[in-house]
Amino acid sequence: MAIDLRTVSITPLRQTFGHLARRMGADKPASRYIEATMDLQPVENYHYRPTWEPERDIFDTRRTAITMKDWYALKDPRQYYYGAWTLARGKMQEIAEGDFDLVDELGLAAAYPAAGKEEALKVFLPLRHVAWASNLNKAYVSSYSYGIAMSQAACYASMDQLGVAQYVSRLGLAFNDLDALAEAKTAWLEGAEWQELRRYVEDLMVEKDWYEVLVAQDFALEGLLYPLIYERFNDKLNAAYSPVFSMLTRFQREWFGETTKWMDSVLKTTAADNADNKARLAEWIRHWRERAVVALKPVATLAFGAEADAVMEEVVQNLNARAAKAGIAL
Amino acid sequence: MDMKVAKKLGLKERYALMTRDLAWDTTYQKMEDVFPQTTYEGIKIHDWDKWEDPFRLTMDAYWKYQAEKERKLYAILDGFNQNNGHLSVTDARYINVLKLFLGSTPPLELMAARGFSMMGRQMNGAGPRVACQMQAVDEYRHFQTQIHSISNYNKYYNGMDEFAHQQSRMWYLSDGKSFFDDAITAGPFEFMVAIGFAFEYVLTNILFVPFISGAAYNGDMAAMTVGFSAQSDEARHMTLGLECIKFMLEQDPDNLPIVQRWIDKWTWRGTRKLASVGMMMDYMLPKRIMSFKEAWEMYVEENGGALFKDLARYGITIPKCFSQTIEEKEHVSHQSWIGFYMKPQATPFHTWIPTPDEMDWLSEKYPNTFDQYYRPVLEFFDAQEKAGNRFNNQTAPMNCQVCVSTMKFNEPGDPMEMCFRESIYNGEKFHTCSDHCKEIFDNEPEKYSQTFISSHQVLQGNCEPDGTDTSAPDFKPGQDMLGYWKLDKRALGDFNGSEDQKNFAAWREQATKN
Repeated sequence: MAIDLRTVSITPLRQTFGHLARRMGADKPASRYIEATMDLQPVENYHYRPTWEPERDIFDTRRTAITMKDWYALKDPRQYYYGAWTLARGKMQEIAEGDFDLVDELGLAAAYPAAGKEEALKVFLPLRHVAWASNLNKAYVSSYSYGIAMSQAACYASMDQLGVAQYVSRLGLAFNDLDALAEAKTAWLEGAEWQELRRYVEDLMVEKDWYEVLVAQDFALEGLLYPLIYERFNDKLNAAYSPVFSMLTRFQREWFGETTKWMDSVLKTTAADNADNKARLAEWIRHWRERAVVALKPVATLAFGAEADAVMEEVVQNLNARAAKAGIAL
Repeated sequence: MDMKVAKKLGLKERYALMTRDLAWDTTYQKMEDVFPQTTYEGIKIHDWDKWEDPFRLTMDAYWKYQAEKERKLYAILDGFNQNNGHLSVTDARYINVLKLFLGSTPPLELMAARGFSMMGRQMNGAGPRVACQMQAVDEYRHFQTQIHSISNYNKYYNGMDEFAHQQSRMWYLSDGKSFFDDAITAGPFEFMVAIGFAFEYVLTNILFVPFISGAAYNGDMAAMTVGFSAQSDEARHMTLGLECIKFMLEQDPDNLPIVQRWIDKWTWRGTRKLASVGMMMDYMLPKRIMSFKEAWEMYVEENGGALFKDLARYGITIPKCFSQTIEEKEHVSHQSWIGFYMKPQATPFHTWIPTPDEMDWLSEKYPNTFDQYYRPVLEFFDAQEKAGNRFNNQTAPMNCQVCVSTMKFNEPGDPMEMCFRESIYNGEKFHTCSDHCKEIFDNEPEKYSQTFISSHQVLQGNCEPDGTDTSAPDFKPGQDMLGYWKLDKRALGDFNGSEDQKNFAAWREQATKN
């Protein structure tokens, strides 16, 4: 039997805000994501031109070569407004905290074979700087993109990458190794294996087209880097030693799996909007994918030795498949 | 086993490892190309590492705290909505505070979010960059939770349904819009002084406290909870603004005159923006917290005064406008309310004449001005309304070219005389509302000659409903302002006789009687 609790029922005058009713085509209740996102960014009657870019408006569609009939078509399939995002991350950090505590409690880092530790840290630790660059490049996308659907998703992703940089730093600390963090920074700045990757992210820091930055940073680079290191390299370490690094990088793996859904959906919608977009995205992906492969090859060699080419080939194929699924023929 | 002993990191060292140590000076691209915006304002920074982190919050801790806050906040909002919480507010006039708030605040929080994202990209130093990014994401939180808390009211009351459309079109919202447009189009350091310091530090209490305490005093648990939940975020934002000022002043003595000019400018711009907060406190809250004058004395004169005393060691002097704001604290709330009362066909919120005991409260709180200058006006309007002749000014207002307020403030020292100033730029005449706005204009005429003044734009045919054919032979500009604003007729007019008033009374009856 159902329990039928009663409340005083008053008939509302309307179900939602005018801009949302027009967008949904009906006056019906809107989700919190829709309320927090749609049509909120100003689009007209700006008072002043930016002193830092006088030829543009404060918010300006011309900051990318991509065009959209509706910038709010770039919805987030995860429906992340601030509250939903921070609750999801709150849960992930709780699990990560548990993992770090467990590793500490059981002395798993100290017990990790020295050879494996060295092999792992020299690959993982410089990645804190890659995440830091990602934070900066995503902040660019968030700042200059058009519409709140994109700007908020990029803002959250940017903060996520600050979190990743900090989790990688904690991984170094978990192995009691400030020296290793210092060595990793030197490797990042000077080591031959890392220079192409550093060049790649620095080049993006001066790229003006925010959508191209998004494609190059989030799709091309992270689309190869995350599977390569946080999946394949972890698999290799797990098989050879123990799953400690898999535990301490769980956040990154979950983040990538989840964020990929957003990225792919945004690309798909953009490509479907018009043929120019589709061609432009294909061109950008080809260009940055080739550069990302060059940038990641030495890192892959560091991680996989003789197997590097084969593993790289596999992750590139996966990336191509994602593009194809988004309707972009490379 | 050879177990290395962990080096114990202090909080400061650990936070540095989690932020600044991640950064490096780029070499494949020049640093000045990566961070191109931090030199053109003339601010000199010699060592970004001297930045003192105003708070030390890593992302894991941030997510943990914020997730806890969000869980509680949304549980309370859900309960409030489910239980018709809107009927528990003191009286239906209070809902007009929410209309004023929804139009003026979330859109500005959104601009703060976008602006701080830009700072979080453009600042060279890793310390300030991270702090700005955190403020940016917090500001997303603020505009979204504000919209979510008011969303349920929109279902039952008029005048809130088109806030997103109206944010860039409504004449009275252009003061706030120009404020944030001004800050975001300035360079990064001026933005930090404008928003981080003047707005978030000097003026935040008098902005934030009245709305949130007003909600608490008037039974609005939804808005109150949003405000209380934002408090710890705001505390972080305040420390960031103050640190930024100190950092600039410590870096180079040449920065002082630039920073001082910005403090003078933005304290005044903020003060003008606060006139509507004053009228909200003195006229719109059925249960009042304190008068605007008392709030000004407490939050600005005392706290702000102490702050500037503290900054004196850097050579900063009290903002030029300070004495004028002290004189105006006894006038602006009345002038604002009367200004809005006179335009019942042009705002999405209702206005009304205060009840006799509310007028007595105003007499008591404003012994120097209310009975002498403002009570007679209100009583005259009241008599006219009762005689069936409710005041309705249908002309377009004259606006200040800088703050975009309607011209309604008095000449300093003479409450019976309106204040007007003018400047000539490129052969054109520009009007301002005060000496301070005139000075701002004269310092940057190229910028302020661009201000979008809707009473001018409407005459040029730039304020028409979407799809209007402005080339039609019978086209006359400004004939359909309600259409341009998408302003629902039910939201217009005096509170007395409004649909809100009737519905609230009927629903409360339904909810409390059999």
